[in-house]
Amino acid sequence: MIELKHLEKRFQIGDQTVHALDDVSLRIEQGEYISVMGPSGSGKSTLMNILGLLDRANSGDYMLDGINAGKLNEAERTRLRSEKIGFVFQSYHLVPRLTARENIELPMMLSGIAGKARKQKVDDVLAKLDLLDRAHHSPNQLSGGQRQRVAIGRAIVMKPSILLADEPTGNLDSKSGEGVTQLLESLNAEGITLMVVTHDSTLGARANRQLNMLDGRIV
Amino acid sequence: MLWRDIVTFIIHVLSRHRFRTLVLWIAIAIGVVAVNLLTALGEGAKFFILEEFNVLGRNTLITLPGKKETSGGMPPLTGESPRPLTLKDANAVSRLSGVRAVAPIVVGQLEASHAGKIRELLTIGTSRDFFSIRQLGVSQGQILPVLDLNKGEAVCVIGNSSRKELFSNKPALGQWIRLGDTRFRVIGVLKQGGTSFGFDMDDVIIIPVSNAQSLFNVEGLFRLFVEVQAYHQLDTIKGNIVELLKERHEGEEDITVISQDAMLSSVQDILETLTIAVAGIASISMLVAGVLIMNMMMITVSQRVKEIGLLKALGATSSSVRLLFLCEAGFIATVASLSGLLLSHVIILLANLYFVEVQFHSPWWAQSGSILLAVFFAVIFAWLPAQRASMLSPVEALQGKQQKEIA
Ligand SMILES: Nc1ncnc2c1ncn2[C@@H]1O[C@H](COP(=O)(O)OP(=O)(O)OP(=O)(O)O)[C@@H](O)[C@H]1O
Ligand SMILES: [Mg+2]
Repeated sequence: MIELKHLEKRFQIGDQTVHALDDVSLRIEQGEYISVMGPSGSGKSTLMNILGLLDRANSGDYMLDGINAGKLNEAERTRLRSEKIGFVFQSYHLVPRLTARENIELPMMLSGIAGKARKQKVDDVLAKLDLLDRAHHSPNQLSGGQRQRVAIGRAIVMKPSILLADEPTGNLDSKSGEGVTQLLESLNAEGITLMVVTHDSTLGARANRQLNMLDGRIV
Repeated sequence: MLWRDIVTFIIHVLSRHRFRTLVLWIAIAIGVVAVNLLTALGEGAKFFILEEFNVLGRNTLITLPGKKETSGGMPPLTGESPRPLTLKDANAVSRLSGVRAVAPIVVGQLEASHAGKIRELLTIGTSRDFFSIRQLGVSQGQILPVLDLNKGEAVCVIGNSSRKELFSNKPALGQWIRLGDTRFRVIGVLKQGGTSFGFDMDDVIIIPVSNAQSLFNVEGLFRLFVEVQAYHQLDTIKGNIVELLKERHEGEEDITVISQDAMLSSVQDILETLTIAVAGIASISMLVAGVLIMNMMMITVSQRVKEIGLLKALGATSSSVRLLFLCEAGFIATVASLSGLLLSHVIILLANLYFVEVQFHSPWWAQSGSILLAVFFAVIFAWLPAQRASMLSPVEALQGKQQKEIA
């Protein structure tokens, strides 16, 4: 469960202060499917970064499953992030020199899980995402939809409780976009909290709950 | 992260960036090769020189006029002393118990002539014992006869080049050579032997010591070689010689007695210092490699900003990012320096096959030192880029931006 109270995030650009998040309060239950929409610069990515513990708010509280995330130091946040949160980015962010399999394995490797335990989990994920025959391909040998599936595999391999997807279909044609969306929705059906930033209102409408942002506020 | 994963990760990175890896590899290997080859050269020279000094046996003491000023360092090799070391002193020393042989030495440069041919030769006045102490043998004839030290005889033993220059291919034994105003009969020709202890033994003429004294018109000896019967007596006899000569010189200790060991060790000290200095100079090339590593790492960090952001987003802590970069530098330095060491060994091996007289070898401290230094420099110089990478904020790094102040 996520609870945000009076969250503020400001950026200083020269002598100008941008209110990327302006008094955001929000409560998200485990297993919800939420879409975040709004014009460019309205603070969607900023909200995702703070929820994903990649960034910190200037003020306000962020409780994640009963933990006050604002009070954690860098190492603790990193740990919590790798345990609870999976990211899917618009531009996939796969490591080009690693194979699909190794990319999916990366989060487990970074958190020091031993090789044996990793193999089984990666196999499971590859099977689930129908990527077994692509396991040893490098990202540039994969289509956009396949790359995003690998990225989703990497996001869920640590069995996080929340999946944050910032425009996951933004770089995809409608057909592969649809495949990726269905995959995310099926993961949500299994119980993961899913939060998707999108510019596509039909896509946004598929979520159980829609958040609209404007100038750093939820409206 | 597990060590195995770190290594795999690094190997992936290094094999992906082949050119960069190759440049770093070569730079580090060159540093290691430079250190090892230069020290091998120094060591080779050291052993070559020590070998030269080794011709005198361990049982030999060298007495020279003049008091050595300090306890360390080289003795005065050309010391002029107010009170000379005389043949009477030499006789007295030869009567000490435990002394097997004494060879007084008077040296100088004289014109030697035979049948109109004139050559400037190094003239050594000494005794029969000189030949055994210096391990000199003759290829023709015989060595100097047994004589009282103060008795002369007009005979000489000549080096092989001296023979060739004065007699060409004609027989030399029994012929006369004029030295100054005296004629000496050739009774022996030395075996061709190299140079040793500063004297080229091929280019000499050896005559009885008292003849040399009158030729040069000197009373004092240049050196007195003393051979003892047993090595364990060396120090005792050394003390006895000092005592005896002090007594004979009116209570003044105006001679120096050194053993070959002492001399070797001071020469060795000098050569050791030389080798270390050379190694130090070579280490500067490591510093150059270090700076190169820093530049390369800086470039990699800025090229890999997105990846660093991703790693952090996926659960890498700042310290594991730093560790990854430091390990990368340490890893390439280790592999490159080990291959540099291997290359040095191959070059030294070939050099030793080619130059048989001098044996080069890189001492253990240069081998391990060069590797440690390479890895040390690599890690030190990678520190700044690694630190910079670890400080990147994941959000901005993922957007491909460098670190900025966060309000
Ligand atoms: N690192 C930063 N430094 C300065 N300003 C920033 C930074 N990140 C975001 N901002 C500003 O904060 C505001 C919100 O940005 P954000 O990226 O959250 O918008 P967004 O809703 O994701 O837009 P888009 O739809 O274009 O992705 C914008 O005005 C942006 O310029
Ligand atoms: Mg955005």
